[in-house]
Amino acid sequence: MDHNRRIGFILKPFVFVLCLVPFAILVARVVNNDLGANPIEAMQDHFGEWGLRFILMMLAVTPLRKLTGRVWIARFRRMLGLFAFFYVAVHFIIWLWLDRELRLADIIEDIFERPFITIGMAALTLLIAMALTSTAAIRRRLGKAWQRLHNSIYLVGVLAVWHYWWQVKKDITEPLVYAIILSVLLGYRMWLRWQTSKTKQAS
Amino acid sequence: MIIRKPADIKPSEITSKDAYLNRRSFMQGGLAASGTILSGSALSAVVPQDRRGKLTGIRESEYSTSEAPNSYDDITTYNNYYEFGTGKADPYRYSQEFEPHPWTIEVSGDAEKTGSFHLEDFVKPHTLEERIYRLRCVEAWSMIVPWVGIPLADVLKQFQPLASAKYVQFETLVDKGRMPGQRSRVLRWPYVEGLTIAEAMNPLPILAVGLYGEVLPNQNGAPIRLVVPWKYGFKSIKGIVKIKFTSRRPRTSWETSAPHEYGFYANVNPEVSHPRWSQARERRIGSGSGGFSSIFSNTKQETLKFNGYGEQVAHLYDGLNLRKNF
Ligand code: HEM
Repeated sequence: MDHNRRIGFILKPFVFVLCLVPFAILVARVVNNDLGANPIEAMQDHFGEWGLRFILMMLAVTPLRKLTGRVWIARFRRMLGLFAFFYVAVHFIIWLWLDRELRLADIIEDIFERPFITIGMAALTLLIAMALTSTAAIRRRLGKAWQRLHNSIYLVGVLAVWHYWWQVKKDITEPLVYAIILSVLLGYRMWLRWQTSKTKQAS
Repeated sequence: MIIRKPADIKPSEITSKDAYLNRRSFMQGGLAASGTILSGSALSAVVPQDRRGKLTGIRESEYSTSEAPNSYDDITTYNNYYEFGTGKADPYRYSQEFEPHPWTIEVSGDAEKTGSFHLEDFVKPHTLEERIYRLRCVEAWSMIVPWVGIPLADVLKQFQPLASAKYVQFETLVDKGRMPGQRSRVLRWPYVEGLTIAEAMNPLPILAVGLYGEVLPNQNGAPIRLVVPWKYGFKSIKGIVKIKFTSRRPRTSWETSAPHEYGFYANVNPEVSHPRWSQARERRIGSGSGGFSSIFSNTKQETLKFNGYGEQVAHLYDGLNLRKNF
């Protein structure tokens, strides 16, 4: 098998299954009644955290590719992005259904009056737009606009950490860790940009 | 240290070590002379057996709710006690080594009688009562808890508060070594709470020393904590070492930390939202932990004003704007 096929037929399915592990863990905990005294909150937090982690993993693709020189890493970006969308979508559905119990008035009130929810909704909306336009055909059709839309994943990263930060009661340790990771990832890109503009000017 | 008895306080009265040790074993036996260790396997393994003394001579109370209490496991594994960490399971995880005896309580401020008291002396003059109360956390979850304790008002009256005592302030132990959560500066230590004197003299608040007929587990505030059932849970301060009668409103911990989110009164009120979430409804813990299907049928319930204790306490707030004084 050549290199390309090895990635396509072996590595991709493997990573796909790996991405489902957090989901499987949660299902196992539900089945074993192992979610503690407040299972709904535990489920919602689990999916929110994994959504955020997948967003960060997606943002890590380009730095990893550049640093290791392994171009094939970029081929996992779409999968990671779709999993980010999947985990956030479940996070959102749990909120709609089990937390707000599909009460429309409560839902609307929260979206407009609770800033951390407003921010979460903005991030989710961008993720939906990206998920809907994630196929190669649409990408070709949209051209430059596609790239502009999908660059908003940086914004989604910022919104997601901000959302986490605002919803904690007092202890910001965990959102702080995510904020630092995000800053490193975004900082690296800014540095890259600055480097290329420098070399362009030089030539 | 000068240890006084609440009943007749003479500064000269110093407790001998023997009497002190006696008291200690008495406490470990669970405040009960018999000191029987419960065959409590019926309850749970969350709290080690050697910390689970049964309390005796407990009276029932007309203030108890008839609602079914939450399980011992729910009550002892899911709560907030930042002295042991900020996660809901942290109090259970990190309080196991905590040794709550011996314990003294310092009473000070505007009262005829003040001083330091052994917990045992503090509790002894009173009959233990079981109070099965609703507990509503500010985070919009709730439980039913079968506390065992003594009425706060009875305790406070013994110290004969002066007319200048408008408030009662409580403080939790500060001990970074034994309370690992205090190594973080997430709140300012000591944890401080307070009530107006009228609130404190209401028959509902108790100083709890027990849970489910046994000594209070560490994670729930051993050896002695406040329970004020019509206020959000953070008012019910745990691990109390200081009680002070004062003319000035105490600067309470959560109010100090986020004044626009947590007020001094903190009465349960479905009409006044927390800035980040609604307080109109609450999730009753436990009703959803019976496996897969129960998660999806665990609907929330309406939150009641004053947590359903309006009949006993609403009059305390006549003329007070509860939206401003949240
Ligand atoms: C990119 C989108 C989003 C990400 C990455 C995300 C991530 C997170 C994370 C990491 C947490 C904290 C979990 C914890 O405490 O351990 C959280 C909490 C929460 N999120 Fe999101 N979220 C997103 C969108 C949304 C949306 C759209 C909503 C609802 C409209 C929402 C509602 C909530 C709520 C209610 C909580 C608090 C849950 C609790 O009480 O513990 N989130 N989210």
